[in-house]
Amino acid sequence: MPLAGDPQIEHLLRRAGFGARPDELQLLGQYSIAQAVEYLVNYEDIPDDVDSHIGGAGYVGMTTAGGFSPATKIADARQRWLFRMVHSNRPLQEKMTLFWHNHFATGYSKINGLLGSTEAARYMAATASEDPGHVRGQMEMLRDLALANFQDILVAIAKDTAMLFWLDGRTNTKAQPQENFGREIMELFTMGVGHYTEADVYAAARVFTGWNLTRPGTATDGSQHYEFAYLANQHETTAKTFSFPIYADSGRTIPARPAANGLQDGLDFIAALAHSPDTARYLATKLYRFFVSESGDVSSAFVDRIASTYLGTRGEMKPVIRAVLLSPEFWSPDSYFARYSWPVEFVVRSVKDVGWTGFSLGDTLGPMANMGQALYDPPDVSGWDLGQSWFSTGAMLARMNFASTLAANQKFRLATAAKPSARTSDALLSWALDALVTTPLSSANRAELANYLVATGTWTGTDAQLQAKVPGLVHLIAGSPEYQLI
Amino acid sequence: MRITRRQFVKGGVAAFTVTFAAPEFLSDLARAQGARARNFVVLYLSGGNDALSMLIPYNDPFYRSRRPTLAVPAANVLQVGTDASRVALGLHPRLTGLKQIFDQGHLALIQRTGYPNQSRSHFQGTDIWSTANPANSSGLGWVGRYLDSLPSPVDPLVGWNTTGALPHVLQAGHVAVPAIPNPATYAFNSPNSGAEARAERTSAVRLAANVPTNQPQLAYVYGSTQSALATLDRVATVASYTGTVTYPANNGFAQALKAVAGAMVRSIGTKIFYVTTGGFDNHSGQNVNAANGTYYNLMATLNDGLLAFYTDLSNQGLHTDTLVLTFSEFGRRITENGSNGTDHGAASVMFALGGNVKGGLYGTAPSLNPDPGNPTLENNGGDVTFETDFRSVYARVIDQWLGADSRSILGGDFRSPSLTFV
Repeated sequence: MPLAGDPQIEHLLRRAGFGARPDELQLLGQYSIAQAVEYLVNYEDIPDDVDSHIGGAGYVGMTTAGGFSPATKIADARQRWLFRMVHSNRPLQEKMTLFWHNHFATGYSKINGLLGSTEAARYMAATASEDPGHVRGQMEMLRDLALANFQDILVAIAKDTAMLFWLDGRTNTKAQPQENFGREIMELFTMGVGHYTEADVYAAARVFTGWNLTRPGTATDGSQHYEFAYLANQHETTAKTFSFPIYADSGRTIPARPAANGLQDGLDFIAALAHSPDTARYLATKLYRFFVSESGDVSSAFVDRIASTYLGTRGEMKPVIRAVLLSPEFWSPDSYFARYSWPVEFVVRSVKDVGWTGFSLGDTLGPMANMGQALYDPPDVSGWDLGQSWFSTGAMLARMNFASTLAANQKFRLATAAKPSARTSDALLSWALDALVTTPLSSANRAELANYLVATGTWTGTDAQLQAKVPGLVHLIAGSPEYQLI
Repeated sequence: MRITRRQFVKGGVAAFTVTFAAPEFLSDLARAQGARARNFVVLYLSGGNDALSMLIPYNDPFYRSRRPTLAVPAANVLQVGTDASRVALGLHPRLTGLKQIFDQGHLALIQRTGYPNQSRSHFQGTDIWSTANPANSSGLGWVGRYLDSLPSPVDPLVGWNTTGALPHVLQAGHVAVPAIPNPATYAFNSPNSGAEARAERTSAVRLAANVPTNQPQLAYVYGSTQSALATLDRVATVASYTGTVTYPANNGFAQALKAVAGAMVRSIGTKIFYVTTGGFDNHSGQNVNAANGTYYNLMATLNDGLLAFYTDLSNQGLHTDTLVLTFSEFGRRITENGSNGTDHGAASVMFALGGNVKGGLYGTAPSLNPDPGNPTLENNGGDVTFETDFRSVYARVIDQWLGADSRSILGGDFRSPSLTFV
């Protein structure tokens, strides 16, 4: 089988990961496209040992206050996730976790307001093994289920502690059903707006009455925590009728059940949503925009095909994502650099391209907020505004300024790395454009960058000149519009 | 100091003529004739504001029965009189500053604003209010379309968005509104200093000038980059603005308004501003009454920010040049839910504030009687139904304040003769 070329592997890793470290390029460069996709989607075959490298020499650093504690401090949780994006050998797992984070957009801020910062970080980001009460935070759950069956993901999200606070499921009671989760599971998580009625919203709220929380454990050893519990005495037991089919026989009514069995209402409803053709198309459309292209209309052939794979596998995400990454639309030349990078994608790719030794992920958090994306804290349940919305002037300046900060931090390492290619200014420019791959630059702008290298004096290639010009050039390239497209 | 009808009409006509005659937003000629700037501040209350807790029909017999825990006691509301349907209304008790402005005649409260078949979705609702198009809410924002209608070249600092991301309402076809959440950090940094840093900035400006017009996706980012680089230096002059009043430090909304006032005072050319304050999606624990309760705090943020802003502008004679208009994606259900909150509803209240605003109560309050036949409600008496199409409010602002033609910008004739707030 022919090997994939570097541009193809880089395209694949920009989309299915967060750009390419040199070792990733080398490894995947030995594969055909089909092999590379298999490698990415079968990530469970690769050891999940990335966290063990945190703090290790040769890895990107972190800034912590009073000890690294991602299960209780949101700034540490953010850095851990960024660390995984930079160094994990399972890039697609992190990428899908990000996709689900935006899809089930749950915000740390609200939970912080209700429970305080420690508990909020815990329900968003703790791993079961590090938490005294074995709490698995929402993002760890999504990471574990990143390529699982969508129905299983929906059930887990409906029972997720952070979600039960975020969309007020914990206050949805028999006496007065509360519609927040019932609405959003249809509008944003599955079928999409226009495929349900207001009466369906009322009925969905009643379905999830009793899906609530309990608080086991003890306070003294820190194990006390909230976790899902079905509270039969809060469940509204009458039948619920919808405008769309719930059961395979096209039945639209979830039957009245004794309260003790009422949990099944929600499971039946989730199964119906998960297997709805509207959900299949809604997810396929979102996957097209996320993995394939934000340019032009969504390909209807792609949506038909991916929705069909989804329905044919009963919502198995691994075959769905495999089909996405092998689709002709994904590999169309028009899809290269046809996606606006999210701030997190831009930051991680910059770090992978420019260098990380001696750089701290703590220095990404403020800039990322200025770019419009704080991980674990999307603005609302519909997630971040994507595409062009990322590129306000203030956010673009924040990207340019982050490129400046990173280039300044890597100044000496960059100058050293560039030295073998610094015989002429043009050779240096070629080196930099190989290191920071972008959609092709116009000849006018390539000439402009060449001018920059000699704008303050003739080219000598001395260390002093390299230490000024290489970071300056890296700043201009990583801060260019071209580099923002992935 | 309520302005007279005659002054008001005169002001409106002046702006109308100028915008069509002049090559710029406000021409030098108009300045020479004494016309002042016309600043427009769009204020988005995100999450779906509970209009019935902001402008309260406190004597409605069903207000208390449908909101047993959320109702504000009649004795606590800030009474603003009765509307045309003889319903007595009061502002939320924490809105003391807005009450002052109302008493001065410069706060217009426009009741039951919305549109037919109102969306209860945050997402779609915000898009509809932003585009002024309930049928297709994926297009450009209505203020963006207004900016597009300005004769080119348009000053890249004609608008100032105080949030990090471009809101839909400002999305334009060929005018990029800069996002400047904090003027102090709105700067071009460099890994170098001195001549090297200057050379980088020069290159960045020259690179951004070569817009790849045949690649629209990329060209958009060029537009933002160009606009950022073209506005940096003027924005820097606002960073040091402190104002004539103290803007509450722990109130991000107030701090955003301070920057807006600074831009006006420093005369950097900006005319359109966008500010927002969020947290209105109170499905549970809405807590309207208790000091430091959720909704009470929302009102505090809103009130304290706007009062500081209006006072600061008044102190410098700029309040008459400024119009603030609010919107929110929907009102909330009338009956409170089981978690002492309210779910997504329909019609809401908008307000307009400014030294040239003709204040008062516009439109009529709903009757909260849950009888399905109650014409002021919909959804079996569950939600407030609209009386004034929100596009009529926009039309008034476009025609009478911005001096453009609402029919072309809104794609229809939504003008309403009774909406005389500006």
